[in-house]
Amino acid sequence: MINLVNLVKTFGTQKVLNGLNLEVPVGKITAIIGPSGEGKSVLLKHMIGLMRPDSGQVFVEDDDITTLGRTDLNRVREKFGMLFQNAALFDSMSVYENVAFPLQEKTKLSREEIHVKVLEALENVGLRGTGSKFPDELSGGMKKRVGLARALLLNPRIILFDEPTTGLDPIICRAIHQLIKDTHTKYGFTAVIVSHEIPEIFDIADQVAMLYRGEILEMGSAVDIQHSTHPVVSQFISGSLDGPIQFVK
Amino acid sequence: MITLVEKLGALARCVLEEMGRMVTFVLYALYTLVRNPGKPVHIIKQVHFIGAKSTFVIVLTSAFTGMVLGLQGYYTLAKFGSEGMLGSAVALSLIRELGPVLSALMVTGRAGSAITAEIGIKKITEQVDALETMALEPFKYLVSPKIVAAVIAVPLLCAIFDVVGIYGGYLVGVKLLGVNTGAYFHEMYKSVVWKDVYSGVIKSLSFGFLIAWICSYKGYYTDHGAEGVSRATTAAVVMASVCILVCDYFLTAVLL
Repeated sequence: MINLVNLVKTFGTQKVLNGLNLEVPVGKITAIIGPSGEGKSVLLKHMIGLMRPDSGQVFVEDDDITTLGRTDLNRVREKFGMLFQNAALFDSMSVYENVAFPLQEKTKLSREEIHVKVLEALENVGLRGTGSKFPDELSGGMKKRVGLARALLLNPRIILFDEPTTGLDPIICRAIHQLIKDTHTKYGFTAVIVSHEIPEIFDIADQVAMLYRGEILEMGSAVDIQHSTHPVVSQFISGSLDGPIQFVK
Repeated sequence: MITLVEKLGALARCVLEEMGRMVTFVLYALYTLVRNPGKPVHIIKQVHFIGAKSTFVIVLTSAFTGMVLGLQGYYTLAKFGSEGMLGSAVALSLIRELGPVLSALMVTGRAGSAITAEIGIKKITEQVDALETMALEPFKYLVSPKIVAAVIAVPLLCAIFDVVGIYGGYLVGVKLLGVNTGAYFHEMYKSVVWKDVYSGVIKSLSFGFLIAWICSYKGYYTDHGAEGVSRATTAAVVMASVCILVCDYFLTAVLL
């Protein structure tokens, strides 16, 4: 579905992605884990063409999106939905308008049809009755759920989640994970989740990839990664201060 | 010596790069406008924001500008015994020069800064990225409607500025200082010609375009959080104001 080949990205003198290769399988949930500042969000942005690599290729099905112009890139982006780290809701619009926006702009549905779909989407994420609120009146968890409702509304085939549960309490965190799992089961989309939630992320991921120093260090099923003997992977999963990952630079 | 040359070269390259980016930015905005103009409601909202919401400040500043012109004009013309020319002096100053320039500067301060801050905040909070991930063109929503709206609203505000300013001059010249009403308006009708009006209109059209272009551009290339937005807003207002004054000189030279 998504195939990243020899991806290199440098900011100034810092090489964030260093010849990275990754294959995201169709219809599965792939989690990308790794220490903070290792370029996980950068990687996600390359998958949807928000960033262009210095070199390497990003295949979405048969299209290498690094070579596409704006029109063709938008055609590929039709396949995507994305939930941003801070939800990226339009702050001048109400919750209802935020969720309705992609339908208003990208479909020819009538106002009544849009109304029904928006209410259903809000109901699905447990936010019935919040349509008139504005983003600054919502908690972090509610914002993420609105973002999820908006991302799901056009039934995308691929959804990218950038730290969907960061900064949320454990119960909301579990609720969001469950929501992702349930909607994935219902709609069967391909999901890529960037997350720090160890070990919770292993409950929903079919495949886990560990990003370290600009490369995918290890990739496998959740069980494989949990039992990895690689010193970097095992240190990261255990959260130990002792090991090859240096926190004080 | 070499270091100085290197620094000058680097500065020149920076300036050229920035100019190139600005030109590409506005060309893309115009291309988006032609190819995918979007819903008129986006433009109407912006005309309301840039135009209608600036009316009060325009009326206030134009009234006092006209009154000051009335006072200064009367004082100067009285030296030559030509107080009757006051209407002509006030109207020509406003229509040809002060109306377009001052209304554009007021719009820059009120609406231009808001345009930069709005786009800048949308940029740093990933709202622009969110539009892109929905395969929607951010320029269609954030930039092109503002350019069209500014080109519509600024000439209208300039017209209001001119009319209110002329009556401000009338209030001081005629009502306070005793210039004859007939002389005030008759001299005005005699001296103001169509060329004066359209040169003012061309100026305010150009200034409207400049304001929306510069302020949108600065907002779109904002980075580094709240401080970045603050820096971009200040830079946009300063740059737009300077460009308005520089552009005014060249337009005056061409249109005279």
